[in-house]
Formats: sequence, C-alpha cells, structure tokens
Amino acid sequence: MSVLVLIEHDNQNVKGSSLNTITAAKKIDKSVHAIVLGENCSKVTDQISKCEGIEEVFIVDNNIYKNHIAENIAPVIVELASKYSHILAPSSTFGKNIMPRIAALLDVAQISDIISVESSDTFIRPIYAGNANLKLQSTDSKKIITVRTTNFAATKTDGGNAKITKIDKKKDVGLSKFVKNELNKSDRPELTAASIIISGGRGMESGKNFNLLEEIADKLKAAVGASRAAVDAGFVPNDYQVGQTGKVVAPELYIAVGISGAIQHLAGMKDSKIIVAINKDEDAPIFQVADYGIVGDLFKILPELSRELDKIKS
Amino acid sequence: MIMKILVPVKRVVDYNVKIKVKGDNSGVDLENTKMSMNPFDEIAVEEAVRLKEKKICDEIIAISIGSAKSEETLRTALAVGADKGILIETEEEVQPLEVAKILKEIIKKNNPDLVLMGKQAIDDDSNQTGQMLAALLCWPQGTFTSKLEINGKKINVTREIDGGLETLGMELPAIVTTDLRLNEPRYASLPNIMKAKQKPVEKMTPTDVNIEIKQRLKTLEVTEPSKKEAGIKVDSVQQLIYKLHEKEKVI
Repeated sequence: MSVLVLIEHDNQNVKGSSLNTITAAKKIDKSVHAIVLGENCSKVTDQISKCEGIEEVFIVDNNIYKNHIAENIAPVIVELASKYSHILAPSSTFGKNIMPRIAALLDVAQISDIISVESSDTFIRPIYAGNANLKLQSTDSKKIITVRTTNFAATKTDGGNAKITKIDKKKDVGLSKFVKNELNKSDRPELTAASIIISGGRGMESGKNFNLLEEIADKLKAAVGASRAAVDAGFVPNDYQVGQTGKVVAPELYIAVGISGAIQHLAGMKDSKIIVAINKDEDAPIFQVADYGIVGDLFKILPELSRELDKIKS
Repeated sequence: MIMKILVPVKRVVDYNVKIKVKGDNSGVDLENTKMSMNPFDEIAVEEAVRLKEKKICDEIIAISIGSAKSEETLRTALAVGADKGILIETEEEVQPLEVAKILKEIIKKNNPDLVLMGKQAIDDDSNQTGQMLAALLCWPQGTFTSKLEINGKKINVTREIDGGLETLGMELPAIVTTDLRLNEPRYASLPNIMKAKQKPVEKMTPTDVNIEIKQRLKTLEVTEPSKKEAGIKVDSVQQLIYKLHEKEKVI
C-alpha cells in the first residue's frame, strides 16, 4: 500500500515542512501520494506534482478548507485512508493539530515527531524534551505519523510529473469557524526555514536590545529567535521561541546570545550544524553544546561582530 | 450559562529534573525522581479556577490516570481550586488514544461543558490526547491556546501557530488545550493544601469504564541522544569570524 502525505501550505505556496515530510514518506515506501486541501490552491498542487518521487496528488479546493480547520480536514483524510498504510504530516502546529484527530477517527495510535524511519513499522522519536530517544514499533494496521522536519532533508522540487486528481468535497461539519489570524510579517526568513539563526536570551535585558541581533541578522540573512526566558520576560513575542515548547530548528549556523542553555532551549536547537555561544558566564551550559564560544559582554561583542561582518562582506 | 469544567492532569517527571536513561535501555529511570503535575496541565487548572472566580464556572473536576501516586497530582489540583477529583488507577502505561477513550467515558457520565487540558505532557511529548478526545466526542477543538474568551455558549480560542496567532470561534461543549502564554499558574497556599485533603476523590480502574489498555506502540529501546563534543572558546570576535568564514564556511 502507498503512503499519503498531508501537505502544509498557505494556498499560494507549499511550505518547506511538506518537502521534508515527503522525504520521510519515501523512506517508508516508494509509492508516495500527496493531498492538498485549501482554497484556490492549484499552484500548490502544481508545485507538489513536480516534486521528485510523487505518484499522485489529490486536490480538494473549497473555501471550507482555506484555513485548515482540523474538524473539516480530518473526515476527508479518513475517507481516503483505506488505500494507505501510512499517513504523514509535518510536526508543525498544522500537523500537530489535525493528525491526532485523524488517528482517533481511525482508531489507531499516532506516532508523533519521528526523527528516523527504521522500517515500515519501527520509528525513533524524541521523548523528555529530546533528552532520550524512543525506538518504537507500531502494532496498528495503519500508521498516522508526524515528522520532525529538521531530521529529514527537503525533497527535490523538480523532476517529478505526478498525476493530479481532483476530489469534490465540501462538507463543513460546522464545529469551528475561522475568525482571524495575526501573522507576524517580516522580511527575514522564517525560523524553521532559515539557514542561519541568531537568538537572544534573558541576557539581552530588554526587547529594545534585540535591535542588536536584528542588525546582524540582516547582514547574515538570518532569522531572529529567542529563548523561553526572553519570551517570558516579554522581550519578544512567543513565535520567536526556540525550544521544546517553541520551535525546533536545525540551521547551518545557530548563534546563541545571552542564553544560558536551559534543557528546554537546548532541545530546540542542539541539532544545528554549527553552534556559537556568546555569554558572560563561562560556566553557562550553552558552552557545552557550542562549537565556538566567546565569554564576554554581549553589548560589546555584538557591535564588534556587526562591524567585522561588514569587513568580510566588502 | 454556568459551566462545569473537566481538567485532566498528569503526574510527570518534574520540569527541572535531568532524566537518566536506564542502563538496559528499557526506559527512563524514574526511581527517586521528583514528580510534579505536567506544567501545561497546571495552566489548564489555573484557567479553570479563574473562570470559577469569575462565576462563569461552578464546578471543576480534575481527573488523573495512572498509579495510586497520581492522587498527589489530583490533590495539587484540588489545592489550587478544583472541587473534586477522579483517579483512574492503573499501573500500566496508558497511551494517548486509550487516555482519550477513558476521558470520553468519564465525560459521558459527568457532562462537562468544557474540557481544559495541557497541549502535551512533558514526558512522552505526544501532543495528541486533546485532539483525539475531541474527535471521539465529535466536539470542536481549540489547541495550543494562548487566550480564551467565553460569551455564553460561544467561545473564541486564540491559538499559537507557527508564524503568529489564529483565532477560532466554536460552541460549547469543546476541548481546549493550553499553551504557555494562556496564564501564569498560582501556587497553592498552605491552608488550601490542608483543605484539599478533605475534598472528595473518586477512585476507579480502566475496567470500571470498560476500556481495555492496549500497548499499540511497543517500546523497543530507549537511548540517550548522541552527545555533541564540546567545542572551543575563542578569544576575539575576529577569531570567531575567521572560524565561521574560512574554516566552517557558514557565513
């Protein structure tokens, strides 16, 4: 049986998280299908149909699905489920919200946040905020899975030529209605998609001081993140948060500034390729995971870093 | 409308404890480890108590599923302001789908208008039970909630989503799962901790509610994640830039 991937998108473009999820699906079975639910989302369907290794893409295009209401999407997936051995989605707030609803309707367990596919029924997932890894075997006939996207490379977005099939569904179960959203607009890359991230912690002392990080972020085309301590202190909004209860990231370069390195923060960034720590406390736990550390006053180091970056860029 | 609220609470390893994997890789060593209420559940209890203080709710039932020691977790909820507790006692590991099925049976008997629960437990980090329970009951779900507005039977749930916030409107009964910014939980006062000892806790087993515990996901092995080797400290920004630019080629 084939594997079905529930695609995350914004009705215009496929989200990167879906490309990582397709890679995980391909490790389970070579026959991978995808489904796009949304409104006026044919562009997304076209993008997915060109991804390497996708056999068939289903599109369900109706206003009811525009805002990805879990109560409306779940029944559509459940109806298709008999044809699939596995159904996957990214472990983003999109996938986390919808997939357990699908699993319960199918009377099977969900396997959350997998970081490795060992076989078609055996997977590894982090538990205890990433302080342990659990290898588990699913005994259910159907596997509902969310994928930790940072552990799978993005699939290639060309070379494919999947068949596109329209599904005519428009049942509003009428349980939840979209009221509004407030998405943070920024010219910088999204945290989960950035190849460089610079994050600030309580050591930044105020929200205003995040300007120092933003200045460097703009020079590096980096995203700006924060520790939970900085969010709790009100320096920056919660969607900046990197950590077990925030976003899990694994960029090429992660620069932690004024972050002590609580377990909960490390869980969200320790898989980054190169980690740099800037902290005045030389015993801060962040230095135990850092490839390069500087002990010192961040308010002196950051402006210097900014100036030095200008030199190498010129 | 005056609501009845159900709040499921889980006994987990305390937030600040660094856990150890057992030597035989069969699981995590919980012997002599400090246990507490799951932090997201504390937020759920707090929200319910605030609704009671606003006279929007007149009864809070806390429920826990686990070993006899989970009664301590229920007593914590009672000390903060829940009115009664239900303990579903079992020594077995209960996975999210079966937790949701047990909760469904309890809901059928107690008819709460709202279930407030943590978005995930910090032990298995599954983040499933609320959504599963909503599916089993055919109720609306407001997950990862940072703001809850109640207007009679209508509620607005503001959710923490990747990239910002989203508000959904739904009608009670509903499942609402809590995220960190919903509120800041209070500590129970000593007099309230004493009073909580007198509050009723009803004890049952999964069999009493006709739910069979299945290990749908079998643990094969629990291991420590590979440790990163500690790196080096550099003395100057110039040196750092050199390493990142010339050696690692990441900038």
